[in-house]
Amino acid sequence: MSLKTTPEWEPVIGLEVHTELKTETKLFCGCRNAFGDEPNTNICPVCLGLPGSLPVLNLKAVEFAMRVGLALGCDIKPSIFHRKNYFYPDMPKDYQTTQYDEPINVNGCLLLADGSRVGIVRAHMEEDTGKTTHVGGGGRIHDADYALVDYNRAGVPLVEIVSAPDIRSATQARLYVSELRAILVASGASDGRMEEGSLRVDANVSLRAAGTETFGTRCEIKNLNSLRSLSRAIEYEIVRQTEILDAGDQVVQQTRHWDEEAGRTVGLRSKEEAFDYRYFPEPDLVPVVPDFAWQHAVGAELGPMPAERRERLIALFDGEEVPSARIEQINTVVEHGLDPLVTYAAEGDVPPALALARTANEAASDLEGARTVDKDSYTALLRLENDGTLTSKQSREVLAELLRRGGDPREIARRMGFETLGTDSTAKAVAEVIEANLSEWARYLEGDDKLSGFFTGQVMKATRGKANGKAVVAELQRLRAQKGID
Amino acid sequence: MTKPSHGLTRDDAAYVARLARLDLDTAELDLFAGQLAAVVEYAAQVSALDTGDVPPTAHPLPLQNVLRPDELVPSLDRDEVLSQAPDVEAGRFKVPPILGEGS
Amino acid sequence: MTAQEAPALSLASDVRGGKVSAAEVTERHLALIGSYEGSLGAFVSVLEDEARKEAAEVDRKVAAGEDPGPLAGVPIAVKDNLCTRGIPTTCSSRILAQWRPPYDATVVTRIREAGAVVVGKSNLDEFAMGSSTENSAFGPSKNPYDTGRVPGGSSGGSAVAVASGMTPIALGSETGGSIRQPAALCGIVGMKPTYGTVSRYGLVAFASSLDQIGPLAQSVADAATLYDVIAGHDPLDSTSLDRPSPRTAAGLGEGVGKVRVGVIKELIEGVDDAVVARVREAAEELQRAGAGVDEVSVPELGYGLPAYYLLASAEASSNLARYDGVRYGLRIDAPNAEAMNSATRATGFGAEVKRRIMLGTYALSAGYYDAYYGQAQRVRTLIIRAFARAYERFDVLVGATSPGTAFPLGSKVDDPLSMYLSDVCTAPSNLAGHPALSVPFGTDELGLPVGVQVLAPALEEGIMFRVGAAIEAAAPQLPAPRVGAREDLRT
Repeated sequence: MSLKTTPEWEPVIGLEVHTELKTETKLFCGCRNAFGDEPNTNICPVCLGLPGSLPVLNLKAVEFAMRVGLALGCDIKPSIFHRKNYFYPDMPKDYQTTQYDEPINVNGCLLLADGSRVGIVRAHMEEDTGKTTHVGGGGRIHDADYALVDYNRAGVPLVEIVSAPDIRSATQARLYVSELRAILVASGASDGRMEEGSLRVDANVSLRAAGTETFGTRCEIKNLNSLRSLSRAIEYEIVRQTEILDAGDQVVQQTRHWDEEAGRTVGLRSKEEAFDYRYFPEPDLVPVVPDFAWQHAVGAELGPMPAERRERLIALFDGEEVPSARIEQINTVVEHGLDPLVTYAAEGDVPPALALARTANEAASDLEGARTVDKDSYTALLRLENDGTLTSKQSREVLAELLRRGGDPREIARRMGFETLGTDSTAKAVAEVIEANLSEWARYLEGDDKLSGFFTGQVMKATRGKANGKAVVAELQRLRAQKGID
Repeated sequence: MTKPSHGLTRDDAAYVARLARLDLDTAELDLFAGQLAAVVEYAAQVSALDTGDVPPTAHPLPLQNVLRPDELVPSLDRDEVLSQAPDVEAGRFKVPPILGEGS
Repeated sequence: MTAQEAPALSLASDVRGGKVSAAEVTERHLALIGSYEGSLGAFVSVLEDEARKEAAEVDRKVAAGEDPGPLAGVPIAVKDNLCTRGIPTTCSSRILAQWRPPYDATVVTRIREAGAVVVGKSNLDEFAMGSSTENSAFGPSKNPYDTGRVPGGSSGGSAVAVASGMTPIALGSETGGSIRQPAALCGIVGMKPTYGTVSRYGLVAFASSLDQIGPLAQSVADAATLYDVIAGHDPLDSTSLDRPSPRTAAGLGEGVGKVRVGVIKELIEGVDDAVVARVREAAEELQRAGAGVDEVSVPELGYGLPAYYLLASAEASSNLARYDGVRYGLRIDAPNAEAMNSATRATGFGAEVKRRIMLGTYALSAGYYDAYYGQAQRVRTLIIRAFARAYERFDVLVGATSPGTAFPLGSKVDDPLSMYLSDVCTAPSNLAGHPALSVPFGTDELGLPVGVQVLAPALEEGIMFRVGAAIEAAAPQLPAPRVGAREDLRT
């Protein structure tokens, strides 16, 4: 099975990304918006849809939705909510309050790292459903004996971002989701964790004859829990549809489920054609009309987006040619929102390359710690590495501890036995060794640089390994330079 | 805008009943089809009105931007809520399988 | 105010002044309920223990010198579609027959804070869908003037409680006339507020853009007082107007001099002769009292009822989707979730509710949305504009509340369309969101009460109540109901 489409068929892909908003409370009530709490402990008459309950819209959710819209270059419009009517046990009201033909954000666009542009049709607000767990039969819906429902998630605010069908490959789809995720994180509206479900992706895939305008029949692919699943599923689907079309058959429009283990998409039990959701305007809510002043205020809260943040990191290198390994590091750092650490350290006299490397490699592997670490301690530690007080190995160990538990880098180093000799002690040790080796010192002063190794060794012996080689060499050079001046 | 025909067949009624999640037997479907047809015909007087460019009123109120702060409010006591549930297990609402027999 | 002019207010005044204890007042009314409830069926549940506790609390406040509120010790019936925490709130439906909400409706909290004592949850047409209470899953309520006749609906139970004297006041709800019409058929005062002035939080929804909670009482003054207590902004209801609690009860006695009154032609056409006669007599009384009275035609009102049925049913079909057997209420077991859902609803809902859900689903479904729902929303605009034109010439409008008087039980159950026509005079106000009041004015040749309706523009409850008070003052003495005990009707 070839992974290349025959030249005849052009993939047309659109992505629908749902992201949970990082509000304290739910979209229409004051229940906690949190993941992982005991089932049905964050519920109230509103999010449980009890008879007589009414929704009241969360201001912060609207502002986050506006941030997302602005970050994606959308126009912010007056908007209303609609009811989308259908039954499922995890739907407390058996309708979802969402936005239909008057959504808050329209007509944006996303610029990807490869230079391509993908249009954003809309980014609207809606409420999340509860969570259904299927029990029995291996936990899958098809063989379950019964289901259990937890409504903690019901009513959590979502923004659904719908792309134009501008994507043409699995690779591009992956780039789109990466960049979108980075933007969502940068906007502060979301934490973009696909594996935790706060970022969900569905893909619409169809093929059309290359060079034509008419869209082919599309299938919607669900259950994509990682970037890898996303690209594998799209590639599989392209091949599947190609084979059908090459054989002269029609692609059946349906929703398909991505089976990660089997590595294929599976058609869900065919339902009746396009379900009739009977959309009508939500009578329990009133329109949201963000005036220019409000939009402007939200825009002002919005920090720089990933593209700009990447540029700023590149600029730290003062116009030097930036090798691809460093670009990788820059992407990683920005994707996780850690660029402020790099910038702060660089402003604190840490060479940008070092700040970048440590942040991309070490800090990015402890995101929790990296997001809460004290910036001054971080900078101080990197300075210690830079001036030779700590070796790079020692620095990384101290850093891991600093991220995990915080503290003072010098203290941590001492506890770990990386007793860095202070500058005075180093100078004293060097002076003593010089005294004991005056003829070698004379030769060194005349320019015999090889002797720095000798002196370093002697100082190491004298201090029982506690001195830092680089610091010793620096001290030798300093003394020699001083002599030159005298 | 095409004017819909107001006669309601039993099949129409069956389709609507499915959408509305109402399990009706044949006799009920026939009864409703007839009664609904009469009501729909009466209600369809509104179709007859020339509303031209009159905008729809979703609400009698001129309100907009009714919002609440993003602040926590105590949730309900789970036991009190679950005490009203038809079937419960492990702190969750228990329901028959989604794709059980006959679905 | 005297016990005849304002029974509830005067009771409250006696309780506050220590003339009688709330406990005594409660016992008296529980005894009345004991005597008459059997023949009338006004209540789904009578809350003896809870009432006694609430009364005791009122007495404690009086003894401690604390303000027990404007309705101190006044017994009140609450329509059973208003949530009362821990107390069954059934909406007169099998699907909620055992449901105890974990919270109180905002209006329930407010009446309790005002000192009222909730003695029972009153009967209604199931989910407020009906005009006779015959759609209640627990049996119909009976009209105290003739127990072979309906009290009207859907707030029939509340109307019966007040008309019979079992309680002096009650809370009801309206979507198309469900407070005013039963008030008219039972010879009492019933009022629908401006949409948005009374919080809907805790009112089990029928049609969200139409539903409003309102007072039923034996006098205009009591209705106005109860309205003042329940109205005012609620942050839990996004459709609640940001206005403080009103004070309509104060201005009732100001008279109707120079008030411009329009008698709506369309609200007396096609209406029973006796009812028309009473409306004209009421209009004459207003003229005698100094108002300027003239006739006005508002032809668009004729489209109000069909538009109302489409809109209300459409919203209802969505509001009632949540009754699916999953989280509360009735559940009929089945092998899969969808079958359980459909079976539960088939068993749990009565015929009228099913009919409205079907109609609403149909009106919203693909292909029909624009012709039905969309069009009904436009008719709504036309009606609002038509009223606005009428209000350029008049301050209030009057007409019949109901096209006829109380009809015999069972006479319309097989003809849904004829039942729907009961709302023809009331539904336009619901569509427009305007306030409206029904005041009893005489009877027909059978001695059955007739109600006269006063309509006002949005937020003009003040003048509406004033005109209502004037009509009440000039009304012929209403006979006492055959079943019940009405102190205020004793000559």
